[in-house]
Amino acid sequence: MLLVVEQFLNGLQFGLLLFLLAAGLTLVFGIMDLVNLAHGSLYMMGAYFAATFAAWTGSFLLGALLALGATLVLGIVLEMSALRHLYGRDHLDHVLATFGLILFFNEAVRLIWGPAGLALPLPAWLTVPVPILPGIHYPAYRLAIIAVALLVALLLYLGVMRTRIGMLIRAGASNREMIGALGINIKLLYTLVFGLGAALAGLAGLMQAPILTVQIGMGENILILAFVIIVIGGIGSIRGAFLAAILVGMIDTLGRAFLPNLLRQVLSGAAASTAAPALSSMLIYLLMAIVLVVRPEGLFPANRR
Amino acid sequence: MKTFTVSKAVTALMLAGLVLLPLYSQLSGNIFILTLLTRIVILALAAASLNLIMGFGGMMSFGHAAYLGIGGYAVGMLAQEGVGSGFIQFPVALAASAIYALVIGALSLRTRGVYFIMITLAFAQMAYYVASGLARYGGDDGLTVYKRSDFSGLINLSNRTQFYYLCLACLFAVIFLIWRIANSRFGLVLQGLRSNEQRMQAIGFPAKRYQLVCFVISGTMCGLAGALLANNTDFVSPAVMYWTRSGDLMVMVILGGMGTLFGPVIGAVVYLLLEEFLSQLTEYWALIMGPLLLLIVLFGRGGIMGLLGRLNRG
Repeated sequence: MLLVVEQFLNGLQFGLLLFLLAAGLTLVFGIMDLVNLAHGSLYMMGAYFAATFAAWTGSFLLGALLALGATLVLGIVLEMSALRHLYGRDHLDHVLATFGLILFFNEAVRLIWGPAGLALPLPAWLTVPVPILPGIHYPAYRLAIIAVALLVALLLYLGVMRTRIGMLIRAGASNREMIGALGINIKLLYTLVFGLGAALAGLAGLMQAPILTVQIGMGENILILAFVIIVIGGIGSIRGAFLAAILVGMIDTLGRAFLPNLLRQVLSGAAASTAAPALSSMLIYLLMAIVLVVRPEGLFPANRR
Repeated sequence: MKTFTVSKAVTALMLAGLVLLPLYSQLSGNIFILTLLTRIVILALAAASLNLIMGFGGMMSFGHAAYLGIGGYAVGMLAQEGVGSGFIQFPVALAASAIYALVIGALSLRTRGVYFIMITLAFAQMAYYVASGLARYGGDDGLTVYKRSDFSGLINLSNRTQFYYLCLACLFAVIFLIWRIANSRFGLVLQGLRSNEQRMQAIGFPAKRYQLVCFVISGTMCGLAGALLANNTDFVSPAVMYWTRSGDLMVMVILGGMGTLFGPVIGAVVYLLLEEFLSQLTEYWALIMGPLLLLIVLFGRGGIMGLLGRLNRG
């Protein structure tokens, strides 16, 4: 029971974290029609910034806030210097150019911070276990991640659906020439959206940092998961990204936790322990394959133009 | 139609180099050149196979490195289990790649455009994780191939020069095959599908079936490259399938010129030589390579082949 609840919450927390990443990716794709592989690099930069700023200021929260600002600025600079020139180009060009950016970021991090990973220690008040059910404790920090991510998801929803900027963003997604003709500064809007996406990726990175080590290439594996989520959820759909992210987070976490035991009941011990790690890492890709067979456009495709 | 063009001259020069340089390496005793060239030729083979689906078929696969791993693991696993004969290892490597391509292709081709890029990427990453989970075959650490494929006296893969020429022969054979495919009825249908799928379907061609066959052929070719690569390095590890490797292959194709016969070979030669050169210049070579890629994408339309074509006209 304890394990089930704990793993369930872990899955939820991982899923929400993935949502932050996938939301930025799908926002940028839905609105600017840009495939940004370097999104994972922004996630990595968020973690590195947080570790550095937290060490400088001596405060986890201050470091996290500064890191959030820094990734936002980095995203805006990146958009203005390089990615802006890719709008309207072939998707293949996006893939290659942002692939080049990943190489650049990984190498730049190696140059600045060195090849060894960093650690981002948590303040004491976030490490205490919190009783959530009678007899069941859960780390406060993971609960904090769940709360922050849910809050951000809510703000994102309200921001996109209920504010003037959100309206412009949605309008830009459905017809960019038209809102340009209506006198909206599209360039600025795009830069803003990209910065927002970068900040979301940075937030995911800096929140994940205390749980894992901060290291080069940390953004790449999770980026692939974000892609899987977007494909499952439907490209350009934030709602789809949210639900798919929770689904993927749950299946991945629960699969890794319980599949070995399940297999052991069916197969012999040796065969099960050989197959389990390979199989549990395949689970979400199998899910993606099934979704593709049933609904090639994803579970919640964004409104067609 | 001109008989002499700059791109033809450059291609001929490069091919002559690939054929003759090993002789120089043998005479001068410079083993390093031969090792580098072998790697280049094998990856050029992989890039050429990717070019078949990208350039001619219009399918942007971002998971081509998976076949390098599958071909390699077929050789490595069989060697581990005591099956050393190349006559078994290579067909198994090709068959395994073909089956993987069939399954992945059938699923991925249900989508198009950017979905296709992401899905092929995700499946290749799945293959990477599966290989990492194979504890019996080294898992994360990879698998050492203690004995190269044995072709019972026909050809000795442990002899560097013989092995190099085997790789080169495979490359030429694959390019010849791609040339035949591109100019066949099958290839013309594919190129029609690349330009306008809807129209081709309207005149009665089953689009997906043609694309799937092309996808499988390409995957099988790349599986061959994988089997050769495992023999070349005497080692196969999940890292061969890592997605940056797929990215490298894509870059080679684009850099050389997508949809041209020899473009991917030129791309592989230039990309790998550049990597070699930059990595000798500085430890942080990717710091230069990354922005260089960005510039190539922004300003280099049609790759090196396109550039040479423009030179000719200009």
